[in-house]
Amino acid sequence: MKARLVIEVNRKPYPVEVDPNTPLLYVLRNNLQLNGPKYGCGLEQCGACMVLLDGKATPSCLLPVGTIKKQSIVTLEGLTQPNGSLSPVQRAFVEQQAAQCGYCLNGMVISATALLAENKQPDDIAIRQGMERVLCRCGTQSRIIRAIRQAAKEANP
Amino acid sequence: MKETADSITQSRRNFLKTAGCLTIGFSFSCQPLSASEKPPWQDSLPGSLRQQPQINAWLEVLDDGRIRIFTGKLELGQGIRTAIAQVAAEELDMDLNKVEVHLAETGRTPHEGYTAGSGSIENSAMAVRYAAAAARQKLLELAANRWDKPADQLNVANGKVQQKTGAEQFTFAQLLNGKQLEDDVRLPVALKPKSDYRWVGKPIPRTDIERMARGEPVYVQDLRFPGMVHARVVRPLAQGAKLRSFDVAALKKTVPGVLKTVINGNFLGILATEEYEAVQSQLFAREQARWETAKPLPDEKKLAEYIKKIPAKTRTVKESGDLKTIQQQEGSLLKASYFKPYHMHGSIGPSCAVALYQENKLHIWTHSQGVYPLREALKEMLGLETDAIHVVGVPGSGCYGHNGADDVAADAALLAMAYPGKHVRLQWSRDDEHGWEPYGSAMRMEAEARLDRSGKITHWRYDLWTDSHSTRPGGEPGNLLVARSIEKPFSAPSGGYSGGGYRNSEPYYTIPNLKVDAHFFEGPLRVSALRSLGAYANVFAIESFMDELAEKAGKDPLEFRLAHLDDERAMAVVKKLQELTRSEKMAANEGIGFAFSRYKNVATYCAVAARVFVDTKTCTVQVRKMWSVIDAGEVINPDGLKNQTEGGMIQSASWTLKEQVTFGREHVSSRDWRSYPIFRFSDIPEVEVVIIDRPTEKPLGAGEAAQGPTAAALTNAIYRACGKRIRDLPINLEVRGETRE
Repeated sequence: MKARLVIEVNRKPYPVEVDPNTPLLYVLRNNLQLNGPKYGCGLEQCGACMVLLDGKATPSCLLPVGTIKKQSIVTLEGLTQPNGSLSPVQRAFVEQQAAQCGYCLNGMVISATALLAENKQPDDIAIRQGMERVLCRCGTQSRIIRAIRQAAKEANP
Repeated sequence: MKETADSITQSRRNFLKTAGCLTIGFSFSCQPLSASEKPPWQDSLPGSLRQQPQINAWLEVLDDGRIRIFTGKLELGQGIRTAIAQVAAEELDMDLNKVEVHLAETGRTPHEGYTAGSGSIENSAMAVRYAAAAARQKLLELAANRWDKPADQLNVANGKVQQKTGAEQFTFAQLLNGKQLEDDVRLPVALKPKSDYRWVGKPIPRTDIERMARGEPVYVQDLRFPGMVHARVVRPLAQGAKLRSFDVAALKKTVPGVLKTVINGNFLGILATEEYEAVQSQLFAREQARWETAKPLPDEKKLAEYIKKIPAKTRTVKESGDLKTIQQQEGSLLKASYFKPYHMHGSIGPSCAVALYQENKLHIWTHSQGVYPLREALKEMLGLETDAIHVVGVPGSGCYGHNGADDVAADAALLAMAYPGKHVRLQWSRDDEHGWEPYGSAMRMEAEARLDRSGKITHWRYDLWTDSHSTRPGGEPGNLLVARSIEKPFSAPSGGYSGGGYRNSEPYYTIPNLKVDAHFFEGPLRVSALRSLGAYANVFAIESFMDELAEKAGKDPLEFRLAHLDDERAMAVVKKLQELTRSEKMAANEGIGFAFSRYKNVATYCAVAARVFVDTKTCTVQVRKMWSVIDAGEVINPDGLKNQTEGGMIQSASWTLKEQVTFGREHVSSRDWRSYPIFRFSDIPEVEVVIIDRPTEKPLGAGEAAQGPTAAALTNAIYRACGKRIRDLPINLEVRGETRE
């Protein structure tokens, strides 16, 4: 049964009328027409659907939207500044050309953003641990690691 | 995202009349067998221009000063859109942002078969280069006529032709006056001198990566249309299982939002308004539908022996000299056999398509690698006329070959025809993709060679056993998964593309007496093209065996290879790799291994080194670093080439160390990322790619060159680290491998 809910996405409240069991991913993609979070496995195994839930990288593919109370949701789109400029992590991914097909990019950028918020200067092991949940099949991980190092350096020169 | 078909100009319609009669899948049929059969590069039009020589098949001048390039290839993450824009902007002296690239679409772009076999630079980008250069010539001629001045007193810059002396200028559009360039490209074509290059050979960043980073719509998964409905398909666990019963009313009761249940033979699809309703329906139907079990599968543990026993068709790939003398007493004889299991493409985004059936016309948005061949197969399956099907290529998640893209499009087409007037978006689930995509064939390779007393190989015998490496639709409806299970089924054609199985089965080394035989079986699982096809397994076997032979001959592995090579470019990549890794110092339980191949024996040269650490207590391997030296001829975009090669090494290392499609007697048991693990960040080595650029040579496809050498470099490194020869993949130090005597 559908219910009226309000979720806070990218710092704005959105009223939605959905079955509260609907995983957040489908609400973001279909009701809010956002493209950042991607469907990859629906099993919380690949990380393509990551969003920031109160700043923490969280898979959205199984999370029932009705269980989200006052938490803030930030998607890939929400990382971009209101004036259109990219966040340091987004910019580092573009500058390092850290993608091939780019389907995993959402999970990568979201996870890297959460990692750098917690650990401003992650070493190699911390980067790998922080990114372990997100799969890339094109093999761009070495570029992604470079992008995260660049973003960390720019934030704390 | 895409323009409507209505905006096609009259001149495009004329060109397209001639475009329909091309053979399907030509990119496969012209695969040369050996290095000696060089393509007639200099004396004929390059690449796909041979089939479609008209300039406006490739290029359109727009009124706003931009140029639109048409390619029959699809962006798969390989960066082809950028590379094609680079060559076009170069020949026409334009800014890159004035060049738009329109990807594969029936009725709009040239028919270029499949985006496959590392052929997009060689076929599509080279066609665009010549078409753009011919367009420049034509535009200069037009301007020369208008001004009545010789063409050499005119300049081309940024979409305009100018007089060198004065300020007078015409835009391209003004010169054409509403028309397009319908002339054929004819040789000779004056290409821009390479010394004047502004775009080609430079690491031009891909602009689509920023769009991805912003979360802009890029993929077929991101398409949204007003009133679009959501669909899921329900397949059994076992391939070939038949639908016995499904309670449609019970589904409707459980998920009231269901719009329609489509049952056609053994095909079951469900349409709903909300995507989550479609997901719930799929889960319900998986529990509720009853299937008749199918033919049992063989014992997966004995697959290496099993595939050798299946009746096979044999083809001699290469025979030279005299193999009878292999049994002579002089020197030493070595034998080894190798095995590679079934591998998955494993796209991160499961396949997806949108289809609309309206006013007797079927529109399909798909990430298929071949929009025209898909249309041909769909036409047969659905009983529609060619003109009634419009297929639009839209990028999807990386596919690395023939994954579920065509199948999901065919599923969506069936559903759309059963529910006309609405856009139907069909998203395959993770289980659909893992369980039903066509896999890369399991293969077995046996090698035998004789070394003379000086340590040179005198005899080489090599046998390989493989299933097909392409069962792409190519006009054959039976190659579409769903066509086999509908009420009036089409049977899967037997065989498929055999050339892929023996790709790189002939060593690129000089060996006087040699025989290579390929044995084709029809195996238990559905198979098709996976990045590099048979080259991965063949190069793994050949380069592992070369390592064993080098050791037997008492030679350094790279020197041993150099002693058997007589192609300067091959030697150059091996020597460069030697130089790069010479000063590497190994710690305890570390080893470095090497391998080389020239992809397809006529394309890119690639030498790979891998440094590994073996934990002998836990029997685990950590790849520390991989190097690649690559010569792909003229490089259009060095960063694109590096990205492909880095990614190729990492993907191949994942195949080699971790991957194997598992199955029980009833069905495939690799259904998600737990049951089919691939590399995660903790597995990723440092990678370094060195390019040997050869601007005066023909550009060569490079996207698959690293797959084979990486596998052998890894197993050779493991041998140096711990003394175990790995001949069966995936690498498992616990149960497989022999200890050094």
